[in-house]
Amino acid sequence: MLYNEPHPLEVRVLTRRFGLPNSQSIDTYLATDGYVGFRKALEMPPERIIEEVKISNLRGRGGAGFPAGLKWSFVPRESPKPKYVVVNADEGEPGTCKDRVLMENDPHQLLEGMLIAARAVGAETGYIYIRGEYRYIIEILDRAIEEAYARGYLGRNILGTGMNFDVYTHTGAGSYECGEESALLESLEGKRGQPRIRPPFPAVSGAFGCPTVLNNVETFCAVPAILRDGGAAFAALGTPRNGGTRLFALSGHVNRPGVYELPMGFNLLRMIEEVGGGIRGGRKLKAVIPGGTSCPILKAEECDVAMDFDSVAKAGSMLGSGGVIVMDETTDMVKVAVRVMRFYQHESCGWCVPCREGTIWLRKILERLDAGRGQPSDIDLVAEISRNMLGRTFCPLGDAAAMPTISYVQKFREEFEARLPKKVAVETPLVVV
Amino acid sequence: MEELVKLTIDGKQVEVPAGTLVINAAKAAGIEIPAFCYYDGLALQAACRMCLVEVKKAPKLLTACTLVAQPGMVVHTETPAVVEARKAMLEFLLTNHPLDCPVCDKGGECELQDMVFRYGAGESRFLEQKVHTEEKQFSPLVYFDAPRCILCYRCVRICDEGLGVKALGVVHRGVYTEIGPNRGDHLECDECGMCIDICPVGALTSGRYRYKTRPWEMQHVGTICAHCSNGCKTTLGVRNDAIIRANNRDRSGLNGEFLCVKGRFGFDFVEHPERLRTPLVREGGELRPVNWMQAVALVARRFEEIRARGGRIGVIGSNRTTNEENYCLQKFARQVLGTNHIDHHRTGDVVALVDALAGRTGALATTGDLYRTRAALVIAADLAQQQPFLAFQLRANWRHHGLRLYAVTPGPVREEQYAVRSVRCRPGEELAAVEGLAAELKGEPELVILFGDAVKGELVHRLVAFGDSLGIPVKYVCLVDYANSRGAADMGLLPDLLPGYRPVAEAGLERGMALPEILAAPDLDALWVVGANPLKDAPLASTAAFVVVQDLFLTETARRADVVLPAASAYEKTGTFTNVCGEIQQLRKAIDFPGAKTDLEIFGLLARAMRAEIGPANPEKVFEEIRATVPGYNVALPVLAAGGAAPSSPQNGRVPVEWRPELIRSARDTLFRSGTLGRYSQALNSVTEAPGELYRG
Amino acid sequence: MTFSPELEAKFARLVTHYPPGRERAALIPMLLFAQDEVGAITPEVVQEISRRLKVSPLEIEEVVSYYSMLHKEPRGRYHFQVCTNISCMLLGGAELFEYLKEKLGIDNHGVTPDGLFSLEEVECIGACSWAPALQVNYDYHHWVTRERLDRLIEDLRKVS
Ligand SMILES: Cc1cc2nc3c(=O)[nH]c(=O)nc-3n(C[C@H](O)[C@H](O)[C@H](O)COP(=O)(O)O)c2cc1C
Ligand code: SF4
Ligand code: FES
Repeated sequence: MLYNEPHPLEVRVLTRRFGLPNSQSIDTYLATDGYVGFRKALEMPPERIIEEVKISNLRGRGGAGFPAGLKWSFVPRESPKPKYVVVNADEGEPGTCKDRVLMENDPHQLLEGMLIAARAVGAETGYIYIRGEYRYIIEILDRAIEEAYARGYLGRNILGTGMNFDVYTHTGAGSYECGEESALLESLEGKRGQPRIRPPFPAVSGAFGCPTVLNNVETFCAVPAILRDGGAAFAALGTPRNGGTRLFALSGHVNRPGVYELPMGFNLLRMIEEVGGGIRGGRKLKAVIPGGTSCPILKAEECDVAMDFDSVAKAGSMLGSGGVIVMDETTDMVKVAVRVMRFYQHESCGWCVPCREGTIWLRKILERLDAGRGQPSDIDLVAEISRNMLGRTFCPLGDAAAMPTISYVQKFREEFEARLPKKVAVETPLVVV
Repeated sequence: MEELVKLTIDGKQVEVPAGTLVINAAKAAGIEIPAFCYYDGLALQAACRMCLVEVKKAPKLLTACTLVAQPGMVVHTETPAVVEARKAMLEFLLTNHPLDCPVCDKGGECELQDMVFRYGAGESRFLEQKVHTEEKQFSPLVYFDAPRCILCYRCVRICDEGLGVKALGVVHRGVYTEIGPNRGDHLECDECGMCIDICPVGALTSGRYRYKTRPWEMQHVGTICAHCSNGCKTTLGVRNDAIIRANNRDRSGLNGEFLCVKGRFGFDFVEHPERLRTPLVREGGELRPVNWMQAVALVARRFEEIRARGGRIGVIGSNRTTNEENYCLQKFARQVLGTNHIDHHRTGDVVALVDALAGRTGALATTGDLYRTRAALVIAADLAQQQPFLAFQLRANWRHHGLRLYAVTPGPVREEQYAVRSVRCRPGEELAAVEGLAAELKGEPELVILFGDAVKGELVHRLVAFGDSLGIPVKYVCLVDYANSRGAADMGLLPDLLPGYRPVAEAGLERGMALPEILAAPDLDALWVVGANPLKDAPLASTAAFVVVQDLFLTETARRADVVLPAASAYEKTGTFTNVCGEIQQLRKAIDFPGAKTDLEIFGLLARAMRAEIGPANPEKVFEEIRATVPGYNVALPVLAAGGAAPSSPQNGRVPVEWRPELIRSARDTLFRSGTLGRYSQALNSVTEAPGELYRG
Repeated sequence: MTFSPELEAKFARLVTHYPPGRERAALIPMLLFAQDEVGAITPEVVQEISRRLKVSPLEIEEVVSYYSMLHKEPRGRYHFQVCTNISCMLLGGAELFEYLKEKLGIDNHGVTPDGLFSLEEVECIGACSWAPALQVNYDYHHWVTRERLDRLIEDLRKVS
């Protein structure tokens, strides 16, 4: 089902089947070049598949933007252990709802991407780890998987080639941290969503201690087109080192929020104005979080930026998961900061000290500030606590909480100051340890 | 040859074996990197982030506890960035940590306190309400105060990895994360209290110690546990002649961090109200208190008189008294009383093993061997229940070096969790089952065989012959029960053997009666029982016998006595014990118990009263004599003095013993039982696991 | 305890999805599916799954207390999960949550006395572009307004 109208500026590669009748069915899929990329891959030596993905400049769509082909090449060729393909369909990053539509509208595209990855690294089993809330998607995927088995695209001796590949869906049960790849693997193994010590990375020791290719849904979904049309064609859609298109989940104060597939490097202001139809009620743009709440915020004047990994990084933020959260001039930045920190505090797994203690401390200060009970020193303290977390936590969740928070207080300091009580607060005595 | 890696830490060149973690490489160079969650020998966590260090070319600080030393690596542990990060971690830790150090049990020996003192900031910027939960009682022995917990997960790991019990887990998430017990609101476990000692802060506290004293108000006496044969070192915290706690926090001694429930909590038998404080003498059918002079004079007089008329005197010695005492007792019996009817409760067939291994050296495994051997075979023994430290040692070996363990057992044992092979057999058929493993065992590079009381007498010889047939180096441990069972046999508390397993004929003596024969002899004139309770299981046939008992409590045997002499416990004397693996260790006196005397002192008093010469009743002097005369006991004194364990090495020819398998009987104590002593330990009796039906480990 | 034949069949398939000896991997799906049927992770559910997967009750507690969708107390027949995270917040998600609290007369994590409704403020549910959004059990509702909420609740009351 389509939740929003497509937009003429979209370049529909991954979403090309969206809106077709029965877009979920294998018949529709096969009738529209489905499994063509996989058939091609079957003819290619594994290294060539990986090479093609490298050429495509496909970078991970889960958030970090790591080159997918390079990641696949880390899987040891010769390994006595079985290998796995794992799809990260946890989609927990606030502001992000693109994987959901990819799986809902074109489940076979994901399966095909997995098959190609399996072929490339020699895996025989795949898991799709889906956040627990997406129950109906599991049902859609399970049906697609059943169809694929029935048509010989999954199972033993696929298409008579001798290749074996089984795919299973696996539900999460409510934990943002389980989107972090190593926590996801723990969760897949039936444990708490606690990240693992790395190295070793999943490519070497992932699911059940075996070599594992782990990518985001969208990353896998891009792969069939890359094999079908060639890596170069995919790369050409985007900007240098940022191949292809990407699904942007536009949300917040725009007239036409929605998930849109746009070429990498699409200008952010244009995205808001033309694709999103501009700010609601004719208000002014205040700020944008360009890739989910883990990314530092961009002030309106910083938004003239090409939406690819490198350009957004240069602008001081991150392309992240593609969740573009648009805020108009009425937005209360203190409230944004509080809400975002409440999220990270709630989702911190609690394993390491700086994240566990830092997020609750920040939450409490920010809530107090928001309630008008702040102290002048609190604003700097928020920034300092965040900096004290930065780069020192066990997994990137701590950074994801700290980075945006620093950006809020730096870029909107006056709003935090305005929240301080008018009268000088009574000095609270220092607690001596 | 181990491969070495050269790296630079704080400008120092360091060379360490490949695979060494930077935190340990630094330690080797004398540089301390602070850490809470890192704990030698347990799984890595990288959770506390205290050990962050700067590594050249790394974009951010790295945890030294997970970082493997690489050739050419350049590490800095005290740069401004590192110092600042450390301070920040401590500040984070303190935000939700109650600042109740003045009333916290760990105050003074708290790693968090120490760390803040050394690296931390002096003030807190945390003005928010702390996350608070109420303290919980996990068991009568273990309390948990979640707010103090810094979530280093040491307790969880020691319980799971170390003990294989997994009674502690991590529940909830984020800042509400807590350590949780396995039965919802309470623990059902070994109650070893390892979690308490390993806890760096005051989150887990001991039900026996909490709120009793401050660490610096105690004297700390390192001695050997009085309970089982494993011979764990324990440090007694003593104040005003009272033992307040026992632990092994400094990880010294052969047991490292290990102590079981008995070692850690079972010391309280010493202060049981029923403890004997004065000699008792039977008068008109009643035991009445007398003073020491009267009691000793009476015993001396009766012994002299019975000896003079050539009466039969039986002597039953102890598995719990020191080597020095055992040595003196047999000497007293043989030289002064002229009797060779001397024995003790034999819990394993040490004699048969020493005989079977005659002429070899190094065939008895030490506790250290258990940690290093590549393969081990456990026969008919529930180690986790009866030999807890040996079980811990084997498990550590499996975790660290991949020990290949074989178990032959009639019932379920914890070792089956990780055994490469476990064979269930009917009682009595253990050896046949073992022999069935020959093909597999031959493939091992070496083997340690531990056997319980199912293998005795001739079977021990059959076992050793089997070991020989494997064609690989094999070492043995004969499992015995009490703190000095090995020492009782080694010191010749046997009717046919002198100290060091020399035949009694050497001393021109005839073989005497063994324990059951002594009890059954209708014409026995005197029975002298030192630290044993034989009449609990069998009656004394001779109604006329004059019975003298030295013990801590009025046991079944003491109740039958004519004279009862209150003895000092192991914690009230010096001397040596020999553990199940034949390792000799020194006892250090922790307290004085008013009214009681050590058995050695009692022998001295009796000898003096009988105008007999058995040498000075001074443990050091007696041990000198043992070293000089008992084969295998000529150990290096400095090792003992330094709190170390010296392996005894009996090297002798064939022992001319008569196999008496029927005399060998394990006490089948569980983790929560310890013969007579255990009956008088309130701590051991307080835990729900104690009855044994509930908890089988 | 016994589960419905459908659930049993599902479980039977589930354990085959993981490598031999790694059946524990089925734990979280099993717990969630059992909870869907039973209404909560009851002690009986824990005992049963502990037995089947050879995972100790403590290990199950470690997991259950970690995941926000797993709960030991029963919830209402219709569990309202209102997202108040950033995208929804910008478009009135928090106000909707307050409105629901008032309308149902319950607090966060509360259950109406008739057991029909329960309420929970949740983190991002992946509906940001169609905010504000909420889930009733597993069903998504997008572009939620007060009026639509009123109607929804009325409808749900009617069917039961
Ligand atoms: C706290 C945290 C949450 C994450 N959540 C997700 C997620 O929901 N979905 C996702 O695909 N990646 C998520 N990631 C990124 C993954 O760790 C991983 O980088 C990604 O799945 C790799 O796939 P890719 O290379 O295709 O992007 C998360 C990372 C962190 C640190
Ligand atoms: S209770 Fe102690 S040992 Fe256990 S995690 Fe907490 S601080 Fe560490
Ligand atoms: S010791 Fe390294 S993180 Fe705790």
